[in-house]
Amino acid sequence: MPVTRRELLRAAALIPAAGALAACATPAAQQTPAASAPGAAKSLEVWIFDGGFGHQYATDIHQPLFKSKFPDVQVKHNFTKEITKVLQPRFAGGNPPDVIDNSGANAMDFGALAQDGQLLDLTPLLEMPSWDDQAVKVRDTLDPAVIDIGTYDGKFSVLGYVNYIFGIWYSQKAFTDNGWQVPKTWEEFLQLCETIKKSGKMAPFTYAGKHAQYLYETLLTMAAKIGGNEVLVNIDNLEDGAWKAPAMLESATRWAEVGAKYLMEGTAGLDHVQTQTAQNKYQVAMLPSGSWLENEQKSTTPPDFAYGMFPVPDVTGSDKMPYGTLHTQPGENYIVPAKAANTQGGVEYLRAMLSKKAAGDFSKMVATVSVVKGAGEGLDLSPGVKSASAAFAAAGTNTVYYRWQSWYLQLKDEAVAATGQLMSGGITPEKYLERIQAKADELKKDSAIKKFRRT
Amino acid sequence: MRRRLFIFSFLVTPVTLYLVYVIAPYAQAFYISMTNWRGVSANPQFIGLENFRRLLDDTVFWKAALHNGLLLLLLPLITIAIALVFAFLLNVGGKAGVGGVWGSKVYRVLFFFPQVLAVTIVAVLFAQVFRPDAGGMINGPLMELGLRPVGFLSNPSIALWSVLGVLIWQAVGFYVVLFSAGLASVPRELFEAAQIDGAGRVALFFRITLPLLRDTVQVAWVYLGILALDAFAIVWVMTDQHGGPDFSTTVMAAEIYRNAFQYFRFGYASALGVVMFFFVLGFAVLSLRLSRRERIEF
Repeated sequence: MPVTRRELLRAAALIPAAGALAACATPAAQQTPAASAPGAAKSLEVWIFDGGFGHQYATDIHQPLFKSKFPDVQVKHNFTKEITKVLQPRFAGGNPPDVIDNSGANAMDFGALAQDGQLLDLTPLLEMPSWDDQAVKVRDTLDPAVIDIGTYDGKFSVLGYVNYIFGIWYSQKAFTDNGWQVPKTWEEFLQLCETIKKSGKMAPFTYAGKHAQYLYETLLTMAAKIGGNEVLVNIDNLEDGAWKAPAMLESATRWAEVGAKYLMEGTAGLDHVQTQTAQNKYQVAMLPSGSWLENEQKSTTPPDFAYGMFPVPDVTGSDKMPYGTLHTQPGENYIVPAKAANTQGGVEYLRAMLSKKAAGDFSKMVATVSVVKGAGEGLDLSPGVKSASAAFAAAGTNTVYYRWQSWYLQLKDEAVAATGQLMSGGITPEKYLERIQAKADELKKDSAIKKFRRT
Repeated sequence: MRRRLFIFSFLVTPVTLYLVYVIAPYAQAFYISMTNWRGVSANPQFIGLENFRRLLDDTVFWKAALHNGLLLLLLPLITIAIALVFAFLLNVGGKAGVGGVWGSKVYRVLFFFPQVLAVTIVAVLFAQVFRPDAGGMINGPLMELGLRPVGFLSNPSIALWSVLGVLIWQAVGFYVVLFSAGLASVPRELFEAAQIDGAGRVALFFRITLPLLRDTVQVAWVYLGILALDAFAIVWVMTDQHGGPDFSTTVMAAEIYRNAFQYFRFGYASALGVVMFFFVLGFAVLSLRLSRRERIEF
């Protein structure tokens, strides 16, 4: 049968269709990275999360510094608020960029990335000489918690750049004007709440009701203070009954009482911006947050507001950890994908970021504390950052952290939901812990979810 | 043969587009649902029906399915009821019996407004309307009156009703227009004849309007059913914790999104998607079967 013109056209029309069918959502087969000619000028693709700190610090501080040592490398700067949406397909396609600031609400799941071997082992970076001083290793310029927290599967692969310091935040002006004292014990804290409530000037306490992780942060830190660091280690390691530890019950019971008596009206339905703005308007005295708060609120804070932060108070009188115990956690997480085209350039970029100059200028530009030791020295700090830094210095080695919420996102969602219920009186402290424990047990049994451990 | 080829040549492009952008993704979702793909790997493992077995114990997903079921029951019923009454009043409910009530021209435009707004805007607006403090559009006046604010979105036993309310608010306008168009095609004489026979507004509505709009109502029912099975945008944007508090407003689509783009369990999320696909298919078949009936000709 001779091929007619139409049949030919029909066949021609179907060929691209077949091609298009092959190139859809399913992952592409492994691509071998193209080997580049030695000595050739490479490019470096950088993606910055455009969140509270913006992305200008990268183009103004980090990239010029990097270029000063590697003038031949062409830096391709990119930024987005939607890290996952933009970059997840790149990973699935086997051609991820070279440096990623994987942060924000739409960050990619580190557990999933680690599980699939997508993160470059950054241990060699730690052993490299630091940018400023050949005699000092990068490892020695960093807060040790960074290495601890950035370690997945025994490999240091996530570099937290900012040191977040958590506590209960208040206005130093409001406290001075009304003669209120920073509470050192739980009794004093409750008395203060009572005094503030009776004064009728403002509500005593609030938290971001829509994002209850702000509250369980304080609850967990207080539990660690009562029962020691192992309370949090056990929770992270999904140990049996870790959530139902006596210290957890003690802490949950106390916060449930605050929830029942001293919360600002409507707290459960407000988010962090709304509650923080209410504090700026002197409608509420205290709320739990971290050291980014001052920068986040700078447009609504009255000039004489003077942010201050205090650590969780002494609870039982026989707490395992002393007064001043703090929750600190590196954040703003940088990674170099293992399958990036220019991993070496990516590592060098991080090394430049960790120089004293880069970190110091960064701290000044975005008003926060970086993880590079001594980078903030001699800088003119704002009251909130000063207060947080002082608390951090006073805490010394008494700092705690937890990682379950980034390891097991399902557990985080359950804990957020349950904490909201605890604070609004929907469930008892016992039920609250049982509920989260049940979720933790379920995850522990689930073979599809990668487990992590820490010490 | 030539005729067939002629038709075929016109269909090649749309059918190809349909295959590539509709059928192929469905087929791929079925495949992905049987892997443990976490979205970043280039070679996911095939794990058979494991995801579907796991799904049976997923309390949150079944909660979401229940919410969809509840919406499926209530959303079409309430929306159609309100839209019918409005359409009736706007078109034939006036005193003369053949025109709308006083001011119906203004209302006709007003009712359609919500339809013009993008769903996301509606969701963001209502998140503000429902604010639990003095800044809320409903709670502000309530608190002025000395009443306690209502946690429209923060109280787990109220939140789903708030979602339903917003869905209805947004949908009604469109169906008023749809039913108005349906009424316009009904001959005026029927209404006039009924009035001469002494039918009041209520009788007119139940004896004439409703039976003659049967076909249109059926279409509305299917559309609204599909809306109820989705409801993703409003839930995701408006509610606390995307389907909260405490998963009290979550829907199937939200759980699919959560599992895929937050937990990075693309395989499992695809399995949820496959289940939802069958729910929707089931609904479509069922509603077509149940609504088969003879048409009224006029």
